[in-house]
Amino acid sequence: MDEVRKKELTEMAKKLRIDILEMLCEAGSGHSGGSLSMADVFSYLYFSGILNVDPKNPDKKDRDRVVLSKGHACPVWYAALAEKGYFDKSHLKKLRKYGSILQGHPDMRKTPGVDMTTGSLGQGLSCAVGMAIGAKLDNLGCKIFAIVGDGECNEGQIWEAAMAAAHYKLDNLIAIVDKNGLQIDGFTKDVMNTEPLAEKWRAFGWEVIEIDGHNFDQIDSAIGRAIETKGKPVCIIAHTTKGKGVYFMENVCDWHGKAPSKEEKEKALASLCGEGAE
Amino acid sequence: MIPENVKKILYEGDKKIATRVAYGEKIAELGETNKDIVVLDCDLSKSTMTSIFAKKFPDRFFNFGIAEANMMSVAAGLAAMGKIPFASTFAVFASKRACDQVSISVAYPRLNVKICATHAGISIGEDGATHQAIEDVSIMRSIPNIVVISPADATETRKAIDKIVEYDGPCYLRLCRGSAPIIFNESYDFEIGRGVKLTEGDKATIVSAGFTTHIAFEAAKKLEEEGIEVDLINMASIKPIDEEMIVDSAKRTGLVITVEDHNIIGGLGSAVCEVLSSKYPTRVIRLGVKDKFGSSGSPEELISAYGFDCGSIIETVKSNI
Repeated sequence: MDEVRKKELTEMAKKLRIDILEMLCEAGSGHSGGSLSMADVFSYLYFSGILNVDPKNPDKKDRDRVVLSKGHACPVWYAALAEKGYFDKSHLKKLRKYGSILQGHPDMRKTPGVDMTTGSLGQGLSCAVGMAIGAKLDNLGCKIFAIVGDGECNEGQIWEAAMAAAHYKLDNLIAIVDKNGLQIDGFTKDVMNTEPLAEKWRAFGWEVIEIDGHNFDQIDSAIGRAIETKGKPVCIIAHTTKGKGVYFMENVCDWHGKAPSKEEKEKALASLCGEGAE
Repeated sequence: MIPENVKKILYEGDKKIATRVAYGEKIAELGETNKDIVVLDCDLSKSTMTSIFAKKFPDRFFNFGIAEANMMSVAAGLAAMGKIPFASTFAVFASKRACDQVSISVAYPRLNVKICATHAGISIGEDGATHQAIEDVSIMRSIPNIVVISPADATETRKAIDKIVEYDGPCYLRLCRGSAPIIFNESYDFEIGRGVKLTEGDKATIVSAGFTTHIAFEAAKKLEEEGIEVDLINMASIKPIDEEMIVDSAKRTGLVITVEDHNIIGGLGSAVCEVLSSKYPTRVIRLGVKDKFGSSGSPEELISAYGFDCGSIIETVKSNI
């Protein structure tokens, strides 16, 4: 990837992180860690040109679909959709408020650009399987991206969906696992060990690509490879840091389901600009 | 007595057919003209009768193996792509194993999924309690956005399928394993939200849905022979329910008896009580499974043991009017 483009995506990821912190602070609740860990992936998806989507025509039939199976990380999605122009950025301030188009978990009926309602973990990947089958039935030629949490891989339904996707040879389905290693009660390896994760997906019949989920060159080549893959679905395991970019949130379990206070937000924004890192 | 306009829609003959069979045949027929229809099953296609569709349209049939939760969310994904998925499995699994998926993937986003669950109620017989859905109506009814239909016979099943295909939104169709007498002929019109009165009388109101309707019909005819005329309402549309028909009847009879192959908590009986308690408080006696698990046995034995056979209905009417 050329340096100019990489710089643009890096800048956009930073914008998304700022949006995430601002909206969570305003909301007073929500999920910081798992939103920040996916900022680079979402910057790439929506601003590299890889997705066939049009914010002015969010329902066009042959669009690529995004399903956030780890629905609690919706602040990163909302930020990307707002920056992309699906809705006015002022909505971000109303996250989680009564009457808002931005619900606590993604709601396809309320938010332009949200292709599937999710929030109960494990279900989104199955929905994406259905969308991938539907896309093939109508020869739409579109891709379905499902963002899955590594903690979410505790859910049995993820593996039911994984089995079905390989069975039906859904090569238009790309799962991106946000492997940040943390879930609500602690490190994933301590709460419920999912290792060896890559081998599990491989054993279920998927093509597996492991990358650094904060490295645009690696994201770019992985998604490029995934799109080229024929005959089976692809799982990109993105090794990430939960809370990425904010030094006091990085790899800290408590920031899974917590929003920053005003003071913490200021500190976090400074951290994004390279200040205060220990 | 049977009103003249009702006589016109009644089937004359002694053919029996299970509603699940009518379902399998009907979707296979609709598949010819409606290319958006896709059918999903969980390794039960020979029992749910989706195998008929599978054989005819293998490209639009998807088996998900013994994984109901996945199937239900997959159906939501297909609906989001504009398909009309019929998702079939046994009622116990559709309502309980896949409850969260029905609620969050299907109902909350109001996706156009037709959940067609077979083998409902204790009338499935020998398989016993593990496979007898006695809570499915209660569960589905309490999830917002879902239309709940429990057809009485093969004709009503086919007519209901036409209507749920027209309707854009999630539906739960409750189907039965065992053969039941055909009640309606082809001129019968099913409407979502409308009941149909099979007999008229002012001594009591009987409200039934699904497999029990032919039993209640028999009871109403026998009561008439003894000079006791009752209103018998077949209420296939449990949600939305026909409030007007229930209230109008209760106003005339003053006594309502509900009959269902389901727990008396949360099902048709509860739905009727909910209507009457706010619109026209009336005494309601609920016949059905009285808050206990099912059992192995023949359908006839079980229906009698659980107290909603023809004799129990007649006895309940006689001792309460």
